[in-house]
Amino acid sequence: MSTTVSDERLRAVSPWRKLLSRPELGAVAGAVLVFIFFAVVAGDSGFLNFRGVVSWLEVSAQLGILAVAAALLMIGGEFDLSMGSMIGAAGMVIAIPVAEYGWPVWAAILLAFAVALLIGYLNGTIVNRTRLPSFIVTLASLFILRGLTIGATRLITGRTQVSGLKDAAEADPLARLFIGDIFGVPVSVYWWVALAVIATWILLKTRPGNWIFGVGGDPEAARNTGVPVNRVRIALFMGTAVAATIFAALQVLDFGSADVTRGVQKEFEAIIAAVIGGCLLTGGYGSAVGAVFGALVFGMVQQGIFFTGVNTDWFQVFLGAMLLIAVVFNNFIRRRATEAK
Amino acid sequence: MTVSARAERDPLIRITDLSKFFGSVIALQGVTMTVYPGEVMCLLGDNGAGKSTLIKTLSGVHKPSQGEIEIEGRPVTFNSPKDALDAGIATVHQHLAIQPLMSVTRNFFMGREPTRGWGPFRTFDLAFAETTVREEMQKMGIDVRDPSQAVGTMSGGERQCVAIARAVYFGAKVLILDEPTSALGVKQAAVVLRYIAQAKAKGLAVVFITHNVHHAYPVADAFTILKRGRSYGTFRKSELTREQVLEMMAGGQELDALEAEIKEFTRSDGDGGVAPQTSKTVRREQGVKP
Repeated sequence: MSTTVSDERLRAVSPWRKLLSRPELGAVAGAVLVFIFFAVVAGDSGFLNFRGVVSWLEVSAQLGILAVAAALLMIGGEFDLSMGSMIGAAGMVIAIPVAEYGWPVWAAILLAFAVALLIGYLNGTIVNRTRLPSFIVTLASLFILRGLTIGATRLITGRTQVSGLKDAAEADPLARLFIGDIFGVPVSVYWWVALAVIATWILLKTRPGNWIFGVGGDPEAARNTGVPVNRVRIALFMGTAVAATIFAALQVLDFGSADVTRGVQKEFEAIIAAVIGGCLLTGGYGSAVGAVFGALVFGMVQQGIFFTGVNTDWFQVFLGAMLLIAVVFNNFIRRRATEAK
Repeated sequence: MTVSARAERDPLIRITDLSKFFGSVIALQGVTMTVYPGEVMCLLGDNGAGKSTLIKTLSGVHKPSQGEIEIEGRPVTFNSPKDALDAGIATVHQHLAIQPLMSVTRNFFMGREPTRGWGPFRTFDLAFAETTVREEMQKMGIDVRDPSQAVGTMSGGERQCVAIARAVYFGAKVLILDEPTSALGVKQAAVVLRYIAQAKAKGLAVVFITHNVHHAYPVADAFTILKRGRSYGTFRKSELTREQVLEMMAGGQELDALEAEIKEFTRSDGDGGVAPQTSKTVRREQGVKP
């Protein structure tokens, strides 16, 4: 207990200790280790050349877009398991109006984002109103959305795949944002970086960012100090749905086709990346930068295994093991950050 | 303070004939209490006496079933804790509205962040916030080593002080402290008690809820004693000794049990750190029931 101006117990904290208390430390260290590992093991077989780097960057980028939004939501204390289904749904909302009804692609993209905002709003509102865990609420939306996508697509088109968008997409001004490369780097990488920068800025530099931490840490306490808890939650759920739609637009417009099964299990991958990135499952702690590195670890392992020539069936083993290590490490960090002196 | 001197000032809070029922349960019945600015009102009572219900009603969590609350002479109705906060009633709960994983600064300004800039580019002015936190905590005699450190790294007393300093900084007129010292050791409790005295000197009205007469007695100006949902009345400090306060809290009949408790108090006051916990355990073990 310090009661005097000069605190005799104030000691110099080493930069190492300070670094240890950053949420993204684990993911950054993990990313470096994974990179070194594959650079050594698979450096000769293409992991390090330009095409190789682009391949794992693109995988990381697409997941990273989801992971950044998932991380914000997790810091706000909630999960969105419907992200994967939202990808499939958004893909169809873009593809069907264009392929079946001759809509311009930009209009279909805007419609998809509008639908995403609505679904995010619904998820958030249901969580707010029922006070049920978002795990359950969005587990329900996972199935409802996927089912609706499959049902409606088959009803309208008679199939579960819609293709033939490529030419229309390439001529469309808005769709250009989701197609191709800039300086040889896929646009998804730019989306990833831009979203991560925006998310980090919101989280660390704005009032709503402070609210996100507050809502995740203790919603009642936050509410009592005047934080609009319900609005924050709804905005975060809208964020994950929009991220899923960006992911869907990138895939659908690039391939020129949509499939009702797109995005299966992506919700888990996004949560894994966020957790590797230092987000606590209990909320109130984490970072968007961490999620970026979490996604990077994910992409490097997924593509790295391919370059090593090991059967890619083993990827999921790595994934599960990484998740476990990340959670154990995060718990250790949290204890360090909160242990009372 | 004499009775006539008090009468010249307007009370900050006046609670008149307040009752709160939960279904068939009478949690509070006809409680009347007046708190003046620059005064510490100690709310005493054993478990289940209605202390929590009374302060929850005051802080906007519950609506009174009957009776009236006036703030500075105006009758008020609170629909939420936010309303009470806006009216200048700040409550520091046993479970602090403090997030251990967040920094001192971020906690301090939660929901009321100072901003800089314009429109969509308005940012949380962290530099200003950190300076302010350092200054405010300094006023309480706590040197915040690093305002960006997680609150979880602070001691219990320091956390209480963060919560209290925040309430004072944001212009609270009435500070309700719900068992702020119950989980603290003697030295930590002293820091909180000293700050209560400072808040009082600034002209705030303080409602201090506690089990621990030894924490209450040094800072209190008046005592309101609750028992089984009813008020025993309000007493000036000059009218009561410590022992009388204790006796009224527990109800008089269990004097034997209390004597043992008082011995326990005095003994543990000396060796520091365990007083509140020990006394509670003793009370429970001896089965003192009203």
